[in-house]
Amino acid sequence: MSEPILRVEDLKTSFMTSAGEVQAVRGVSFTVHKGEILGIVGESGSGKSVTSMSVLRLLADTARIKSGKVEFEGTDLTKVSDRQMREIRGQKIAMVFQDPMSSLNPLIPVGKQVAEMIRVHHPDIKPDELKEKTLQLFKDVRIPEAEKRLKAYPHEFSGGMRQRVMIAMALANHPDLLIADEPTTALDVTIQHQILKQMRALQQEYGTSIIFITHDLGVVAELCDRVVVMYGGLVMEQANIYDLFENPLHPYTMGLLASVPGLNKDKNERLQSIPGSPPDMTRPPKGCPFASRCAYARSICAQECPPFVEVGSRSARCWLLQPDAPAEGNPLHEKLAKAKGGAG
Amino acid sequence: MLKFIAKRIGTMLVAMFMIILLTFTLMHAIPGGPFTNPKGMSEEVLAAMEAKYGLDQPMPVQFVNYLGNLLHGDLGPSYKYTGKTVNDFIATGAPVSAKLGLVTLIFVLLTSIPMGILAALKNNRWQDMLLMAVATIGVTIPSFVIASVLIYAFAFKLNVLPTFGLDSWKSYILPVVAMGGYSVSYLARLMRSSLLEVMGQDYIRTARAKGLTEFAVVTKHALRNAMIPVITVLGPTVAGLLTGSFVIEKIFAIPGIGYYFVNSVTQRDYTTIMGVTVFFAAFLMAMVLLVDVFYCLIDPRIQFDA
Repeated sequence: MSEPILRVEDLKTSFMTSAGEVQAVRGVSFTVHKGEILGIVGESGSGKSVTSMSVLRLLADTARIKSGKVEFEGTDLTKVSDRQMREIRGQKIAMVFQDPMSSLNPLIPVGKQVAEMIRVHHPDIKPDELKEKTLQLFKDVRIPEAEKRLKAYPHEFSGGMRQRVMIAMALANHPDLLIADEPTTALDVTIQHQILKQMRALQQEYGTSIIFITHDLGVVAELCDRVVVMYGGLVMEQANIYDLFENPLHPYTMGLLASVPGLNKDKNERLQSIPGSPPDMTRPPKGCPFASRCAYARSICAQECPPFVEVGSRSARCWLLQPDAPAEGNPLHEKLAKAKGGAG
Repeated sequence: MLKFIAKRIGTMLVAMFMIILLTFTLMHAIPGGPFTNPKGMSEEVLAAMEAKYGLDQPMPVQFVNYLGNLLHGDLGPSYKYTGKTVNDFIATGAPVSAKLGLVTLIFVLLTSIPMGILAALKNNRWQDMLLMAVATIGVTIPSFVIASVLIYAFAFKLNVLPTFGLDSWKSYILPVVAMGGYSVSYLARLMRSSLLEVMGQDYIRTARAKGLTEFAVVTKHALRNAMIPVITVLGPTVAGLLTGSFVIEKIFAIPGIGYYFVNSVTQRDYTTIMGVTVFFAAFLMAMVLLVDVFYCLIDPRIQFDA
C-alpha cells in the first residue's frame, strides 16, 4: 500500500452546549493513503462529519478538539497556527459540503466564487489566466456552456450543477486531499451517479486522495477503496471494500448492510432495520455504544468498550471477536475464521 | 427596471390618494376650525373668512378643489399666518429639518453599523454585552427623555452645549444624539442579529474552507448578505430623519418642518396639516422605492419584475 497522507489518531472532539458537553467524536483513528478513496459511513450523529470538520478545523465556535492528532504530510494540524491552517485549506486539503443549495454565496456569481479559490492561494495570478483556469475547471466538471455560466448566480443553477461548481472549486488548486461530506445526499439518484462518476474520473486524473463521508452504502460500493464504519463517536470497523461487503465482522456493519434495499431481494420481505436509536452523546455509554441495539450483546458489552481486533489489514471492535471469546455459540466465530483465512 | 419603477409609482399614487382622502376626512372631523376663536368672532366675520377660503362649500367640493390645486403643486395658503403659503413653510422648514436629519443620518450610520458588526463578531463576550446593553437602553427610552437628560447634563449642569437653534456645530450635538439614539440602537441590534445569522450559514463555512482570512470572510462574504435586512429598515429611517422630528424640533426650538406641523395641528391650520402630511408621505414613499431598487442591485435573486 502507498504511503499515508493523513493519519488521524485518537481524535476527540466535543461541543460545549448549554445541555452539557456533547462528545461527538470520542477517540477516532484512521489513515488515508495517497491516491486512495476512503469512505466513512455511519448514521446521523455517528460523528463522521465532525471528524472531517476537525481535520480542517472548520467546526463551530462551541466545538473543541480535546485531544488527538491529525497528522497531514507530517504536520499535526491540531497544533499549527491559524495562518498555516489557512494555507492548507483550499490548497492542500479541500472540501465539498453536503448541501450545494446553501454552500454557495447567493450574491456572488459562481465563476467568481471558483476564481476566488485560486486567487486566495495565487495572489499574483493575471486576470486572463485566472479566467482561463476557472473556465477550464467548469469544463472539467462538465458544466454545459461553461463560458456563459461563469457569470450566473447560484440560484440560476440546479442542485447537481451547484455541486459541480463546488467540486470545481474544491479541485481548483489540485489539492492532495479532498474531503467530501455527503456530497450527493441532497441530489437525486441519476445526478448522484453522474457526480460520483466524475469524482472518480477527476480523482484518477489528479491523483487526489479522497475522504468520502456518507450514510449510503451503495455510494460506498460504487466509489471507495476502503471503508471506516463509525458509530457513537467511535470507529467500529474498518476494512477494504470487498472484505466489508463480503464478510462484515461487526454486528453494526452487518445491520447496516442488511438494511440496504436491493433489487434482488424478495419483494414481500420487510426491509430490515436496526431497532432502537443512537446513544445520547451528552452521556455516552460506558461500554460499546452499539450494545443497547445489538442482537448479540452480552453482559460485558455494556460494561466496557472492546478493543480492536486486527485481522490482516482490517480491524473491528467487538467482544465476540476477541481471541479469548468462546467459539461455542458465538455468531461471529465463523466470520472471524473466514476473515483470518482470507487474510492468510 | 423602468417598467418596475413605473408600476411602483402607479401604486404609490393610489396610496397617496388614500392618504390625502383619509387625512382630509379626519382633519375635518376634529371639532373646531381654523377660525374658531374662544373670544368670539362675530358671525358675519366668521362667514366672510370661511367664504374667502372656500370653507363654506360642501366637503366634496373642497376636496376636489384641494386635489386640483395639489396637482399644480399648490398646497394652498396658511389659514393662520396671513400672507404665507404652505409651500413657503415647507421651503423654509424642510431644508432646516433635512440638514439636521442628514447630520443625524451620518451619525447613525457611522455608529450603528460598526457597533452591530463588532457585537456580532464578539458574540457573547463583554464587547457584545456592553454594546447590546447600550442599544437596549437606546430603543426603550423615548427621544424626549434622552433629550431632557442631555439638556440637563450638558447644558444645565456642565454648561458646555447650547440647547436651542442650530447656530454652530455645537448646537447640532444634542439634537443629533437625541434624535438618532433610537435609530442607532435599533440598527445596531438588527445589524448584529443579521450578521450573526449570516455567519452561521453554509457558504461562510465554504469561504473559510477556501483558506480566506477571517477579515475577508466577513467583508467579502458576510457583510453584503447581512446588509439586506438593514437596508430594508434604512429606507423609512432615512425618510424619518430627513423630514425631521416633531418632538426634537419642538424641544430644541429648531425651525424645521416638524415645528410648523405641530403648531398647525393645534391651530387647525387645515392646509398646513394637509401639505406637510402630503410632503412626508411622498418622501417616505420615495425612500421605500429607492430601497426596493437598491435591493435588486444588491441581491441577484430579486428580480425587478417580481
